[in-house]
Formats: sequence, C-alpha cells, structure tokens
Amino acid sequence: MPSPQPVPRQRPKYYDLNLLHLPMPGLVSIFHRITGVVMFLFLIPAVLFVLQGTLGSEAGFNQWKSIFSQPIVKLIVLGFVWSYLHHLFAGIRYLLLDIHVGVELQPARTSARIVLALGLMATILVGVRIW
Amino acid sequence: MVNAAKKIPVGAHYGWQDWLAQRVTAVIMVLFSAVIIGFFMLKSGVNYVEWKELFRLQLFRILALLFLLSVYYHAWIGIKDVLMDYIKPAGIRVGLQVAVLLFLLACSIWSVTIIWGA
Repeated sequence: MPSPQPVPRQRPKYYDLNLLHLPMPGLVSIFHRITGVVMFLFLIPAVLFVLQGTLGSEAGFNQWKSIFSQPIVKLIVLGFVWSYLHHLFAGIRYLLLDIHVGVELQPARTSARIVLALGLMATILVGVRIW
Repeated sequence: MVNAAKKIPVGAHYGWQDWLAQRVTAVIMVLFSAVIIGFFMLKSGVNYVEWKELFRLQLFRILALLFLLSVYYHAWIGIKDVLMDYIKPAGIRVGLQVAVLLFLLACSIWSVTIIWGA
C-alpha cells in the first residue's frame, strides 16, 4: 500500500547568483530572460509615450528630439538597444535549436558566443550611428 | 494529449499553443525590426513631416500595429512563463497574470489610438 503522504522528491538546488560562473549558453539564456522582463516593464510604455509625443504635435516632436540628444538619454537608449538586439539574436538561436540546429554541446557553446558578440557589436554600431 | 480533467488552472507543461504563438510573433517582430532598423541606419534623421507621413500610410499603420500586437502577445507568454517559474502561491500568481494581461490589453488599445490618431 502506498503511504498516504508521499515524500516530495529531493531536487537539486542552485543558489549561485553570480552570473559569471555560468557557462556561455546559460549566460545568454539568463540575459534573454532579464532583457525580456526589463523591456516589458520599461521599453513598452516608453515606446508608446514617445510615439504619442512625437506624433501628437510638432512641438512634442522637437521636445523629444532634444531629449534624445542628451548623452545620458543616449546611454539609456543604447541599454535598451542592447536588450532588444540580444533578445532578438538569442531568440533566433532558440528558433534554430527548435529545428535541431546546433543542439550538440560544442556548437551550442559556439552559437552562444556568437549571439553575445553579435548583440554587443550591433549595439556599438547603433551607438556610433546615434553619436 | 493532456487529460483536460487533470488540468490545473495555474499549472504549466501544456503550453504548445503558447510555444507556437511565441515563435510566430517572434518571426513577425524580426522581419519588421530588420526593415525599420535598416531604414533608420541608412537615413540620416527624420523630420516631423516625414514622421507624420510615414504614419499616414495605411499599410505602415497596419504593419506597425501588427508588430506591436505581436510584441504584446509575445510579452504575455514570456512574462507568464517567468511568473510560473518564480511565483509559487497560486493567488499571487493569478493576480499578477491578470495585471499583466490587463496592462497589455490597455497597451493594445492605446497603440490603436496613437497610430490611427496620427
């Protein structure tokens, strides 16, 4: 007879919050998640506010233009640009993994490196463009 | 197939429709992003008149709204997954999910008013 109160299976716990200890695919994965949450919380409302302001009137358009010319704002924009691009490239990697491209350990590590590098390089490119 | 009678309202593990929708919306966003990023990387600055004209094109309005709705649907699935991973008490989880859903629905309506009010 099975016992009435089953003992929960002991699961391994991982409490190391230092992201730098993660292997490359893990780093790409947690950044994918963090950037997703950050964009949900801040980028979606921000984009709608800016769209509304810039399309509402010429005065609003010029106001936002001067706001975006400030270096601090440009840095924040670049932060969001990296979030968006990293999320995008990591997402393409997951789409490829879905169709069984690069699922072996070594290719998965290599593609994770490529994703991280592409996100950073594309962000630098945008940074050069807006500065 | 998942037995419907065993489904838990706040459970996980039967989300293949979400899985598919997350990927379809992702592809829509990648395509739209590529066009927009390419456009702004090549063009040097946009003035108010050009910006307004772009948003007066019916095709662009529809594509822009399609992109934004993809963002909201994609975000809903993603945030729901995150909440399922970290928020264990069912009541708090459902409450947060409802808040996220209402926020994204409000964003959808707001997006329509912005794009068609331009």
